[in-house]
Amino acid sequence: MKLVTKLMTGAALAVGLAGAAHAESHGGDPVKAGFIYVGPVGDGGWTYEHDQARQAVEEEFGDAVETVYQESVPEGADAERAITQMALSGADIIFTTSFGYMDPTIAVAEKFPDVKFEHATGYKTADNVSTYSARFYEGRAVQGTIAGELTESNIIGYIGSFPIPEVIRGINAAYIHAKKVNPDVEFKIVWAYTWFDPAKEADAATALIEQGADVILQHTDSTAPQAAAQEAGNVYTFGQASDMAEYAPKPRVSSIIDNWAPYYIDRVKAVMDGTWESQSVWQGIGDGMVEIGEITDAVPEDVKADALAIKESIASGEYHPFTGPLNKQDGTPWLAEGEVADDATLAEMLFYVEGIEGEIPN
Amino acid sequence: MDSINPILLIASLMVASTPILLAALGEMVVEKSGVLNLGVEGMMITGAVVGFAIGVNTGSSSLGFVVAALAGAGLSMVFAIITQLLLSNQVATGLGLTLFGLGLSSLIGKPYVGIKAPGFAKLDIPLLSDIPVLGPILFRHDPMVYLSLLMVALVWYLLTYTRAGLVLRAVGENHAAAHALGYKVVRVRFMAIAFGGAMAGLGGAYVSLVRVPQWVEGMTAGAGWIALAIVVFASWRPWRILLGAYLFGGINVLQLNLQAAGSTIPVEYLSMSPYLVTILVLVIISVRGNHGAPGSLSRVFHASH
Repeated sequence: MKLVTKLMTGAALAVGLAGAAHAESHGGDPVKAGFIYVGPVGDGGWTYEHDQARQAVEEEFGDAVETVYQESVPEGADAERAITQMALSGADIIFTTSFGYMDPTIAVAEKFPDVKFEHATGYKTADNVSTYSARFYEGRAVQGTIAGELTESNIIGYIGSFPIPEVIRGINAAYIHAKKVNPDVEFKIVWAYTWFDPAKEADAATALIEQGADVILQHTDSTAPQAAAQEAGNVYTFGQASDMAEYAPKPRVSSIIDNWAPYYIDRVKAVMDGTWESQSVWQGIGDGMVEIGEITDAVPEDVKADALAIKESIASGEYHPFTGPLNKQDGTPWLAEGEVADDATLAEMLFYVEGIEGEIPN
Repeated sequence: MDSINPILLIASLMVASTPILLAALGEMVVEKSGVLNLGVEGMMITGAVVGFAIGVNTGSSSLGFVVAALAGAGLSMVFAIITQLLLSNQVATGLGLTLFGLGLSSLIGKPYVGIKAPGFAKLDIPLLSDIPVLGPILFRHDPMVYLSLLMVALVWYLLTYTRAGLVLRAVGENHAAAHALGYKVVRVRFMAIAFGGAMAGLGGAYVSLVRVPQWVEGMTAGAGWIALAIVVFASWRPWRILLGAYLFGGINVLQLNLQAAGSTIPVEYLSMSPYLVTILVLVIISVRGNHGAPGSLSRVFHASH
């Protein structure tokens, strides 16, 4: 048993240490902004964009700000330790950049009332906790339009990370718009249960391709599915969170890019000015938080025009991706003709719309 | 539910399992010599980045694999010197090696993010690969898959039937006795550690050159820890390592395929199952009281003790 205990301790330690801190600091007595990342900054996707925004904050304020970050922090209990550590080290504002940090953020915030917290993609706020998120589903509507028109097998593969509202909204938005342009379209959804595991993401993409999918949408953070699609040949993909332009013009035909920089600069400035207040923001294409990466020439002109048209109408606020008539998966009515989904429902969306097959795991 | 093509499934599970098979086999030899090296993940990721960098720069994946093995072995020598000559704690040093490897790899890998890997040709063995069913499963892989299987047989043979294997096991079971008989305990362990490092390096390079194939920071994503678990699961026996690696890799691939095919089996149970089986095996071997672990595992050896 001694050996077993030893191995277990080893493993536990390893989990704790795996997210070793990398820090950068500057002189003076600046405002200290901390960032907790779920993946490595070099993931080429989600965390990469958060780190670009962190660098933008440094560039904007120069010596007036000091930023620190910790990468590859596991979601769940260990996150609480990492956030606490950052608060103890004197951070004035801490951005926790993944859904799974929601409860740890709230718990740490209670212990540090003078520190401001910003939690991405969650829905719990407090006096010193704001939430911010992007309306990624707006981008998914554009992707769905392109995907529905490009597919020849009428099978679109979707790699989901975790069955949480943010991901399910994306699936629904993509499905609704693919269906609109191609009534025969079918979605095959694979849950990877990870945000970042290149080998697993590649396997998921391969499994979907073997099942006949010729367009792959991903809601995981690495570029591995793009590489798998490229190897398979005639498969289209979209960049996720980051542009992933190295796979353009094909397989990557467009992308959703998260642009956090303006928000981060704005919030750090609010801390400097003493005007920071708890809030809950949700910005989309119109505000610039969600950007659509270049649609490449691998996409026919008319498809590209359709995609850009829908992007424009979403940006101007003229069109909402969740507009009735829409039914839930079981056929019960959800939105009546012309009715638009309210944010509260969207924020807690845990159901598929009518037409998607399969069950959401819980 | 659509059907899954079992031939494609088995073929892709062999590919998915090869990295952990290589790394676990190497670690098993290390542990057989009485050393616990928890740095497998660090050596794998170093092998992944070095193999990829060499592959990209020379255009030859084979050369990438060779250099990745050397890099893994080189990194493991740091561990060997610290634990065998300076007599430090193996658990702590191994963990340190993992952290060091992760950091080093992201440093080396910076210029290689987003670059495509050179191809690695599959062996399309004429005639044999055309055999129905068996052909695609057995005879259409890349050389590394065959090498990994060959290594299992080789390690098994060496450990069981040769004098060198006997000495290695003697050193691992009771280093004081082996020392008294005149065997060079430290030298044997150095060689075992180097072998383990080289195998981990190969496993890592397989991820970055064949399986994914590209360089992404932290891309081994815990495969090294699974390799360590497989060694325990296999009770330090080579053929069981093969079984364990294919089980772990296989269930992962299977559950993704089942989902893609629209199966209604809950994903969570499938994802859990390899870990549940490992825990079960651990419980069984501890109830039996004979876990098959080498007697001197992770104990510090000094000739004067």
